[in-house]
Amino acid sequence: MTQSHPPQQTEKRPAGLFGRLREKLAATQRSFTRGLSDLLLGGRALDDSLFEELETLLLSADVGVETTQYLLKGITEQVSRKQLRDARAVYQALRQSILSIVAPCSRRLEIAAARPFVIMVVGVNGVGKTTTIAKLARRLKNDGHAVMVGAADTFRAAAIEQLKTWAGRLDIPVIAQHTGADAAAVVHDALNAAKARASDILIVDTAGRQHTQAGLMDELKKIRRVIAKADPAAPHEVLLVLDAGTGQNALSQLAHFGEAVGVTGLALTKLDGTAKGGILIALARKTGLPIRYIGVGEGMDDLREFIAEEYVDALLPAP
Amino acid sequence: MFDNLSQRLQATLKRLRGEGRLTEENTREALREVRMALLEADVALPVVKDFIEHVRAKAAGQDVLASLTPGQALVKVVNDELVALMGAANERLNLAVRPPAVILVAGLQGSGKTTTVAKLARFLQEREKKSVMVASADVYRPAAIDQLQKLAATIGAEFFPSRTDQQPENIARHAVDEARKRVMDVLILDTAGRLHVDEAMMREIRAVHAAIEPVETLFVVDSMTGQDAVNTAKAFDAALPLTGVILTKTDGDARGGAALSIRQVTGKPIKFLGVGEKTSALEAFHPERVAARILGMGDVLGLVEEAARAADKEKAQEFARKLAKGKGFDLEDFRDQMAQMEKMGGVANLMGKLPGMGEAPDAAKAQLGDRQVKQLVAIINSMTPQERRFPDTIRGSRKRRIAAGSGTQVQDVNRLLKQFDQMQKMMKRMGKGGLQKLLRDVKGRLPGLPG
Ligand SMILES: Nc1nc2c(ncn2[C@@H]2O[C@H](COP(=O)(O)OP(=O)(O)O)[C@@H](O)[C@H]2O)c(=O)[nH]1
Ligand SMILES: Nc1nc2c(ncn2[C@@H]2O[C@H](COP(=O)(O)OP(=O)(O)O)[C@@H](O)[C@H]2O)c(=O)[nH]1
Ligand SMILES: [Mg+2]
Ligand SMILES: [Mg+2]
Repeated sequence: MTQSHPPQQTEKRPAGLFGRLREKLAATQRSFTRGLSDLLLGGRALDDSLFEELETLLLSADVGVETTQYLLKGITEQVSRKQLRDARAVYQALRQSILSIVAPCSRRLEIAAARPFVIMVVGVNGVGKTTTIAKLARRLKNDGHAVMVGAADTFRAAAIEQLKTWAGRLDIPVIAQHTGADAAAVVHDALNAAKARASDILIVDTAGRQHTQAGLMDELKKIRRVIAKADPAAPHEVLLVLDAGTGQNALSQLAHFGEAVGVTGLALTKLDGTAKGGILIALARKTGLPIRYIGVGEGMDDLREFIAEEYVDALLPAP
Repeated sequence: MFDNLSQRLQATLKRLRGEGRLTEENTREALREVRMALLEADVALPVVKDFIEHVRAKAAGQDVLASLTPGQALVKVVNDELVALMGAANERLNLAVRPPAVILVAGLQGSGKTTTVAKLARFLQEREKKSVMVASADVYRPAAIDQLQKLAATIGAEFFPSRTDQQPENIARHAVDEARKRVMDVLILDTAGRLHVDEAMMREIRAVHAAIEPVETLFVVDSMTGQDAVNTAKAFDAALPLTGVILTKTDGDARGGAALSIRQVTGKPIKFLGVGEKTSALEAFHPERVAARILGMGDVLGLVEEAARAADKEKAQEFARKLAKGKGFDLEDFRDQMAQMEKMGGVANLMGKLPGMGEAPDAAKAQLGDRQVKQLVAIINSMTPQERRFPDTIRGSRKRRIAAGSGTQVQDVNRLLKQFDQMQKMMKRMGKGGLQKLLRDVKGRLPGLPG
């Protein structure tokens, strides 16, 4: 089956290491920073309206009430200690405090020689799990690893075909049964196949599910148990995929998935839109979990490692 | 952290007790809490600002119902306004065109479009007895066409095949032709997810729309969406003449503030809610449910109700004081008593539970059925205060006037006076402190009533 690509993927990409990310995040920057440059024009007084504008910027980025208040409290304290004297300094201080929250979370996924190193990918419906798996598989394959994927979303119509299509494009093996099959059984098969073929990495796709549904979360726990049975150290990574468009519910998603299957890393997709993914700051502050990747498009190259400085620059560009 | 509006407001509400009117002053702090609650529910900031202004204007100068504190009255205004802004319940799809009625769905990636197409098809087939064809113009996402085909098969809808090497606009045109040829009532066209900032993709869907002129163009949006909802809704609404919105994944625990954002930005009705992954998981939209969820309620309405109950309790206590002081039990008390019984689960339900009532004459019991209560209240309302206080003064011509005023017969008035007489006797028997004990007992027997 031939697949065409969305028009934006066929256009040529700007050179440079972060050029594409910058381009993808351009939309994000535009609306966010227009406000900021206004904010910083001239020698603005440090009055209520300045803080109100900063509050607006943070809240509109899905940073959330609590974290926004926390950030602004820190800034106002510095102001009252006369440590910040103008709008520009306030802005820099805000950048700095966000950076200090997210920087500890930019820890890359290290692939240990586990044979197979098992990555279990989880998340609510439609966030981009399968697409992220395809992008990740390509990345890891390009790094020289033998990658295999397991199609344990046996629920959604054509979820298996979707993963198979990606695997075909990437030329990597996929282990699958049929829609309606027992997901844990598929994972069991996949583990055996990965061992038999001496794959370095097995990435397990799972069905999207609302974290509030106990029965479906139990299914996920069962998958985890099957993986752990084959290797007590596995899964080596439980990657929770979050949609940048998601608001405060991401906190609940992480809490529930974390409790059920022990999330060890995060991926934030769809940062190529205007959603700012500010919830990451709240998540970082709450859990300190590593943020591994960001998704910046639908193509297989549109995955980036999360780099804190870059993220903060994209949100609040250096003045 | 505060979980919901009612928790947030508890503290603020306490300080507002005992004021008879909502003012700028006494609502300022409470409105700040409302603002926080809406933001935590993911209502977009500009929408929150508008809403708060709206409520402020609406609330200012409003009298506080006797049964509520000002804070609770404010919650009521907030809830009522939110419900009103959310639009009408149960909006239907417009299919009143020469068949096939074409429905186009659009939205961001992963919002639930394909699943929703299948749900709508099933809904129209089963509930409206329509013949439905579905087609996919998603030539990008791997296996998207396959996904729709499989879903169509499970619900027995016609499927118009398409290929990824075709132009979406052509797929759309051909699907409409085919649906017309096959005399289908409805054609639903699925499209690829797209970002509103992707100009090429937005141009594409405009072309699709122009080619098939759908009678319904539905924006499918994820209820977990955060602040960005305003941006996407604005852009899709500008690009396409949307006719409605479908909010998906409401089976999770997202507060769904995006619903208000989208509604405010587009002004378009929310027509359905997606409540699960199955093709049957589609529900009509009800504004009060979504509003309650955004406010983190159930609890808030409960709070208001509780307040109303508390007010009744005060009345009951005052009444008990009256009795204790040896002052008479008058018709006004009798009316309040009836109204309160009705609230506490209906008179019939209470009869058996009321200690003392077991001793009441059978005739009185029979006459105190639920249906009679409204009539009793109407009759008493038609009396002058003087008459209520001194029922003995109610004679011939007064009886006729009261009957006419309440739309009843003179014998109904007579019956009421007789019942009242019996009640009064019973009250006297119970004497000092008896009523409070009686109320306590009743509450103890009714689940869900605060003690
Ligand atoms: N724009 C954009 N779309 C994405 C991204 N990641 C995934 N998607 C799209 O989101 C939709 C859902 O993705 P999918 O991988 O099937 O989600 P899953 O249900 O979680 O497996 C598809 O249309 C993907 O192409 C991203 O980073 N950017
Ligand atoms: N829990 C839940 N999942 C839904 C609902 N609607 C769609 N989904 C799921 O969301 C994911 C994406 O749906 P899909 O129809 O493929 O989205 P599309 O990319 O917009 O076509 C799938 O896993 C669906 O099963 C809903 O109302 N509730
Ligand atoms: Mg998937
Ligand atoms: Mg789709």
